[in-house]
Amino acid sequence: MIAFGQFLEVLIGGLLSGVLYSLVALGFVLIFKASGVFNFAQGAMVLLAGLALVRSLDFLAARGFPGWAAIVLGLAFAALIMTISAYLIERFVLGPLVNQDGLILFMSTIGVTFILEGISQMIFGAEIYPLKLYPTDAWFLAEGVFPGGILLNKLDVWGGLIAGVLVAGLALFFQQTKTGRALRAVADDHQAAQSVGIPISWIWFVVWLVAGLVALVAATVWGTKLGVQFSITFLALKALPVLIIGGFTSVPGAIMGGLIIGAGEKLAEAYLGPSMGGGIEYWFGFVLALVVLMVRPQGLFGERIIERV
Amino acid sequence: MFYREAGQFKTSYTADMAIFPIRQDRIALWLLLAFAFVGIPVLAKFHVWPFGSEYLLRAILVPFLILSLAAIGLNILTGYCGQLSLGSGAFMAVGAYSAYKFGTGVEILFLKIPPLPMLPSILLGGLMAAIVGIVFGIPSLRIKGLYLAVATLAAQFFFDWVFARIRWFTNYTPSGSVNAPQLEFFGLFFNSPIERYILCLLFVVVFAFLAKNLVRGNLGRQWMAIRDMDIAAELIGIRPLYAKLSAFAISSFIIGVAGALWAFVYLGSWEPLAFNIDRSFQILFMVIIGGLGSILGSFLGAAFILVLPILLDQVPHALGIPISVETVSLLVFIVTGALICWLLIVEPHGFARLWLTAKEKLRLWPFPY
Repeated sequence: MIAFGQFLEVLIGGLLSGVLYSLVALGFVLIFKASGVFNFAQGAMVLLAGLALVRSLDFLAARGFPGWAAIVLGLAFAALIMTISAYLIERFVLGPLVNQDGLILFMSTIGVTFILEGISQMIFGAEIYPLKLYPTDAWFLAEGVFPGGILLNKLDVWGGLIAGVLVAGLALFFQQTKTGRALRAVADDHQAAQSVGIPISWIWFVVWLVAGLVALVAATVWGTKLGVQFSITFLALKALPVLIIGGFTSVPGAIMGGLIIGAGEKLAEAYLGPSMGGGIEYWFGFVLALVVLMVRPQGLFGERIIERV
Repeated sequence: MFYREAGQFKTSYTADMAIFPIRQDRIALWLLLAFAFVGIPVLAKFHVWPFGSEYLLRAILVPFLILSLAAIGLNILTGYCGQLSLGSGAFMAVGAYSAYKFGTGVEILFLKIPPLPMLPSILLGGLMAAIVGIVFGIPSLRIKGLYLAVATLAAQFFFDWVFARIRWFTNYTPSGSVNAPQLEFFGLFFNSPIERYILCLLFVVVFAFLAKNLVRGNLGRQWMAIRDMDIAAELIGIRPLYAKLSAFAISSFIIGVAGALWAFVYLGSWEPLAFNIDRSFQILFMVIIGGLGSILGSFLGAAFILVLPILLDQVPHALGIPISVETVSLLVFIVTGALICWLLIVEPHGFARLWLTAKEKLRLWPFPY
């Protein structure tokens, strides 16, 4: 019973932490779905949103604002920052690159990553800023069934809830609104979408804005977990295997991929780690993704239009 | 006017196919090589500014040469064969650690290899990197573009972990950092900065020459055909398996040798962090900024990426603007990012294309056409 309880604890912890990866992966999927751009800057956007939020919260708290007002204003300020950055990115980087090769667009987002990382830290500071938006205490479940119960972190549960709401909202946005349909049209073919009268630069702005807001949501959760700091940008890299497994174009895929990676990582670390010297969760997701790539290159939920050789 | 080829007649096929068909180019290259091999050491010997300073040789020229070599390697894969790779750091690490193991003696199970001399260990390091490159290149047969980038990223993370956690590679040193053996080639020791510089220069010249010839030949044309349109290439009889894996192998070999040089000649003692993902990106940027599909571009890109931080550090000092170290490193981020975006927008083919345009202009000047 102890072994099974431990297994459940690792599994559930892994699944929930996987959902947190999904939060970052969602931003990638949105932009890829709507513009065919693989947005490497998603991690930097999480950093920017997090820094804007935490610094404005500190600023407002120091001015004696009550807690809820500070949070609302801080979120509004961070959203404003993300809007401005979405506009600037569209206007100065992606706008001039319309109809370029996907690889060129990808490399340009690497450039954007560097700019965002530099500017955000220059404006808001480059230290570790703790963020307290969600409860982070431990939570014991099923104490009657297993000795000691199952230890969960409340933050992870919150993260799971938020991810669920976010996915539902995004699915509605993509399927039911006119803008959502236009986004999908642009993703299929830039030129064709332009020729039927879809304003492509406006659509790209909307996409980057939505991705920026998703980054803000991710930043609230990850900022509470790790503190807002530079290493948050590496989340972008952690989210890549999630994308490969779930498929680049699928919102539910991002969630499923996150669950698989999260659970796989934690289980591998708990059961294989000790015999291999530990730390294998560092690369386990990537190797898992590599295996999936060999067998099913479009991912579990992706569309079958991947360029095959 | 300045760059006229008029009157240079080619009377044989050999002359027509020469590596530098234009006389000015040949002369310029010989002058450059003479300056690099003779001029710089002599100037350094007599302490002529700026070559007298050890800093220039040790901290700028040596890393420039080694990273150019790595950029040439990546350019073969990404620029000529069109396969995006984010794993250069890992391949460099494989080259460095394998060379270290071969240099200090390998013992696996019943297999015992005595410590090898320096040159064979570096080349064997390259060979190990080539093998690893082939293994991680296998996914490229089914996927391309971004998906392949993730596959090579898997190599990066996996080898970061391998060299940090598996103590056998570091000969069980307690700190996990590794000291390079003595740089000895055929009884000669390369210790002073100028000797190290010459050593790197030799490697770079040999490999650049090999690479330049490879990409002009049969293999290089196969790579470029695959890059430009893989299906059409297959139709005219190019085997993608052979072309892609050979690109991975040769590219990783060169990157592996560069990694071994980076560890042995430049760093001296190193830890796995020296070959992390930032290194991969740095080399990728050199290739993009220098010019995809150009050997000359690899050098230009390496020079630019290396010199940029130094310039950003020095210019405010020279102007008397106080600026903290932290701000400088952030400025480097911003300027590098902005330059990459700008270059992709105005000149996706990098510095190498600018150089070609300049040559064209020089040829016509002062007439418009």
